[in-house]
Amino acid sequence: MRGVAAERAFERIFGAARRALAAVEAWRTFAERGLPTTHDEDWRFTSLGALESVEFTAPEPGEIPEEALAAARALVGDARRTTGTTRVALASALDPKLAPFAALNAALAVESDLIEVSADCSRQLPFHLIRWLGGGAQLASPRARITLRAGARATVIEHFVGARDARSLSNSATELVLERDAQLDYVQLQELPETAFHVSSMSARQETGSRLRATSVALGARLARVQLLAALSGEGAELELDGLYLGRGTQHQDHHTTVDHASPRTTSRTLFKGVLDGRAHGVFHGRVHVRPDAQKIDASQTNRALLLSDGAVVDSKPQLEIYADDVKCSHGASVGQLDLDQLFYLRARGLDPVEARALLTYAFASELLERLPLPVLRESLEARLLAWLPRRPGS
Amino acid sequence: MAELVLEIRDLHARVDGKPILRGVELEVRAGEVHAVMGPNGSGKSTLANVLAGREGYEVTQGSVRFRGADLLALPPETRARAGVFLAFQYPVEIPGVTNSYFMKASLNAVRAERGLPPLDAIDFLALVKQKMKALEMDEKFLSRSVNEGFSGGEKKRNEILQLSLLEPVLAVLDETDSGLDIDALRIVAEGVNRLRSPERAVLAITHYQRLLEYLVPDHTHVLIGGRIAKSGDRGLAIELERRGYAWIEAEAP
Repeated sequence: MRGVAAERAFERIFGAARRALAAVEAWRTFAERGLPTTHDEDWRFTSLGALESVEFTAPEPGEIPEEALAAARALVGDARRTTGTTRVALASALDPKLAPFAALNAALAVESDLIEVSADCSRQLPFHLIRWLGGGAQLASPRARITLRAGARATVIEHFVGARDARSLSNSATELVLERDAQLDYVQLQELPETAFHVSSMSARQETGSRLRATSVALGARLARVQLLAALSGEGAELELDGLYLGRGTQHQDHHTTVDHASPRTTSRTLFKGVLDGRAHGVFHGRVHVRPDAQKIDASQTNRALLLSDGAVVDSKPQLEIYADDVKCSHGASVGQLDLDQLFYLRARGLDPVEARALLTYAFASELLERLPLPVLRESLEARLLAWLPRRPGS
Repeated sequence: MAELVLEIRDLHARVDGKPILRGVELEVRAGEVHAVMGPNGSGKSTLANVLAGREGYEVTQGSVRFRGADLLALPPETRARAGVFLAFQYPVEIPGVTNSYFMKASLNAVRAERGLPPLDAIDFLALVKQKMKALEMDEKFLSRSVNEGFSGGEKKRNEILQLSLLEPVLAVLDETDSGLDIDALRIVAEGVNRLRSPERAVLAITHYQRLLEYLVPDHTHVLIGGRIAKSGDRGLAIELERRGYAWIEAEAP
């Protein structure tokens, strides 16, 4: 037996044993490394102390409760759903050796979602991956590989929802592969209960001429850490990386992005916006790396945060590492309160100050929602944002 | 005699701790158009902002009554709903809020105060389009963000559009003529003229007389050093255009 046929046969015969072994290895890697601490530069602003007081249990098998499923489906509209298959190895960026949470995912994931789209099966419904996080203190390890073959187009919504009051942890790993000229809209929508933990690691590899629009919408969770990595490996690849995060109470919303310009004439535009109220804490760590032979790069990165209360905090850390000389790179960051002149203008036209504040906050955040791919998703998230806005008399 | 819409008595106000208004006296009755003119720094815009209730403009003495009620005790939104309208000298840009959404919210807030039911989207659009036509404004401005990327003249026209929608009892125009070319000036002034009625009053604050060629005032006041230094009829505005302000400054105590 040789070639592909042989590989398939071996997989059937020995696959389960091999996967079990890989999981054991991943566990060993994780155990040796341990959880990151705030001494780790990449985790400076995010303490995982709260995790240490929880004793997590294995995820309970079973269907998503009907009500939650219906709510999740209503948010996205018509879509294709996938069923999990056997666990697969994911590519280098999600290598267990490189990141502790990727290692934990590799050790514990039971199955993976595999999506493969070829050019001739494009123009179909979006994929909707519903990631259900059960109640109590379960540890879920969702895992997916989404591959777009040359010239393919697709929209994928990875949607995190959970049981009310869950103290559970969702630790996901998602790999995106865009072959030549492929176009993918990927949305990670996180609306876990504000008691839950969320860590997600997304890694994308983009080949020549491919276009990726990746958006993180982080609404829920007590502590959320979203890692987004995009490697622009092929010439002319384009990336739009968007994020909207909302925080209230003591929520902690952390985004860590890495854009790797590994080839010439690649472009990336990163735009993150955060709205923080109460004593919420937002973190944006945006790294742009331009390799020595990657000329004619155009990269921009912006993080803007709106603080609605005195107790809200945001830490913003742009990190540009540019090793080529013919590049256009820009970055901007701003942190501020609502504009008083705008507020006065609205009030001078008769708008109630509470509504005027809500309207200005909505206007700030909705820019990112307007760019979402599906009209149904866009409208449902605009409604979600409106409902979230604090309406209280304030300063 | 017509209703006393605005009654300003001995008004003193400070900005950043600095006294700007120093004893303004002014009476405006329904149906009248008053022009307030004056050199730069005389307190014209401060007067407009005090009337609208802007933060940072601190009234230290005196009173302002609007239709007999204490205007200074009211927050800006209550003043607007009661019928005080300030056309801003520098209308602010609000990215992300569409002009039509904003104006509908504003109109319905004012209507609620007048005991009128809110306009739905269809009725509002019909009304605003009719008002825009009169101001020679393109309907595309409805779907754009409030004032965002508007030229100076477009912003001023947008102010007058709001004025014509809200139909206030007292319209305060803060240098609405500045930055307008002659055609835009005529359109804007005609927009204000259409609103002139026995129930309404206009306080037009301006540096130049040219607006007053189209928007003919019943009374003209000269504000110098935070006080009304001289009052007269339309002829005073013309005289100011010819002679400047120096002769009044010399006369002023």
